[in-house]
Amino acid sequence: MTEIRGLYTLWLREVKRYLRDRVRIISALVTPLLWLLIFGTGIRFSVSISGLNYQQYLFPGIIGQTLLFTSMFIGISVIWDREFGFMKEILVAPISPISIFFGKMLGDSTDALIQGIIVLIFGTVLIMPLSPLAFLAVIPLMILITFGFVGLGLTIASFIQNLESYGVVVSFVNLPLFFLSGALFPVTGEHIPEWLQIASSFNPLTYGVDALRIIVLGSAWQSSHPFYYDLFVVLLFDLTMIVTGTLALNKRK
Amino acid sequence: MGKVIETIDLTRRFNGLVAVDKLNVSVEQGEIFGLLGPNGAGKTTTISMLCTILKPTSGTAKVNGFDIVRQATQVRKSIGIVFQDPSVDDRLTGRENLHMHANLYGVPPSEQKTRIKKVLELVELEERADSILRTYSSGMRRRLEIARGLIHYPKILFLDEPTIGLDPQTRDHIWVYIKELKQTQDITIVLTTHYMEEADRLSDRVAIIDYGKIVALDTPIRLKKTLEGDIITVRAKNTEKLVSVLAGQANVLKTHVLKDTVELTVREGEEFVPRVVEIAAQNDISVEAIVLHQPSLEDVFLHYTGRAIRPEAGGELHGDMAVRRRAVR
Repeated sequence: MTEIRGLYTLWLREVKRYLRDRVRIISALVTPLLWLLIFGTGIRFSVSISGLNYQQYLFPGIIGQTLLFTSMFIGISVIWDREFGFMKEILVAPISPISIFFGKMLGDSTDALIQGIIVLIFGTVLIMPLSPLAFLAVIPLMILITFGFVGLGLTIASFIQNLESYGVVVSFVNLPLFFLSGALFPVTGEHIPEWLQIASSFNPLTYGVDALRIIVLGSAWQSSHPFYYDLFVVLLFDLTMIVTGTLALNKRK
Repeated sequence: MGKVIETIDLTRRFNGLVAVDKLNVSVEQGEIFGLLGPNGAGKTTTISMLCTILKPTSGTAKVNGFDIVRQATQVRKSIGIVFQDPSVDDRLTGRENLHMHANLYGVPPSEQKTRIKKVLELVELEERADSILRTYSSGMRRRLEIARGLIHYPKILFLDEPTIGLDPQTRDHIWVYIKELKQTQDITIVLTTHYMEEADRLSDRVAIIDYGKIVALDTPIRLKKTLEGDIITVRAKNTEKLVSVLAGQANVLKTHVLKDTVELTVREGEEFVPRVVEIAAQNDISVEAIVLHQPSLEDVFLHYTGRAIRPEAGGELHGDMAVRRRAVR
């Protein structure tokens, strides 16, 4: 019971901190709009992808991108806590390393999920209406995608000493993951160069974005993998990141 | 009175450097135990090991009967810690910080409200409890941290440099709280400090630590008594000669040369001051200044280590610097 309450209190802390940060909330509202409306509209009138209009194609991709960027960015809270001393209060508390990791990860995932849901609502209103069933089915999938990347962010943050380096390292990781995920353009098909197809097949986000498209676009989307295969890769990634994240976050001198 | 802490050859090395060297010390139940020493003497390293944040290189310790290496969780449950550097969440309110701590330490939810109220009263922060911590002064944060360390009813409270970086009034205030704690709660307090006055005023017993070893351990009064006399500091041009002529005097117990000053440990210091001037004049030594003082812990430190604590202390770090120092660690 102590463990659960400890985990809950760490989760609550992350969420409270997030909801009190106006700048982050505003940026969560504005950034996806820029992608969907400006970038999406611009490309829509120059390119068409397999019978869909580009904004529809882009919509699940931007959900994936938002989850990726937010999840990874939130890892910075580890460095923040370390620099401002709060990490000590957590590490010296009589709760297990697993509870510490899950409290932090679930809290950060909640923040990322809130950002993701904001995009989902925008997309539903502005680009294509989703059935209530699809809307509800997307959320658990978003949670699963978030777990892995929050775990990756927490792992990286555990090894980096200062805030500035974290920003550099994260954008270094984020951009290739984003570009090679199929969020902006297809990464499979006859006319796609082989190196790009291979590179993106190693990217867990590729499978996340593909699964999002399967649910959001329904039969309009010709998937290259079956849904269960996407889900399997995402779960495998989650599991790996949870293990490495728990070890990394709790490493002691 | 039983022993609540007992270290057994407790040792910690950092890349070959010995920070704590085969420490054997015990703390009695109910006392305020002071660890006094310059920065880098091994105080924080010792406390970190006792709090199970840092693993000893060799040796071990028992805290409340639990082994710090094998029973870390039980140790943690039974102690409270106020770290040298701030460790509160400044985006949350005081009360939220306390609630979080109570949850992390498994305080039953039904008791949390009353306990939080009680500790807030103790440090007089009831009125500000619902403000975000960013609006607190550093003294208020410190008090909140002390309150936080008490919520789970620890048997031992560790205070690592509790008044570092605070102004004199706030420091005084915190000292009063610590004294009160000892009187009102059934608790043992271990505090580290490099402020002589702090160790002197608060501690029942003081251990003087230097280069990871304890060089003296006793009550502040008895430690000062070991010096057996008053101290006269004389600043003069020719210190070597001055020492040689003064050393033979009946009242002089001990001499010590520090750059351009001479420290004399003497009996009946007040009467001896005029004699110093007289003797110096007879030997053509011009005396520039004379200070007489009753022994302080600083003199005790000097006596045991052969150097003053101040130069080693290297000044305090405030604000920005303190943050940077943390980042370096």
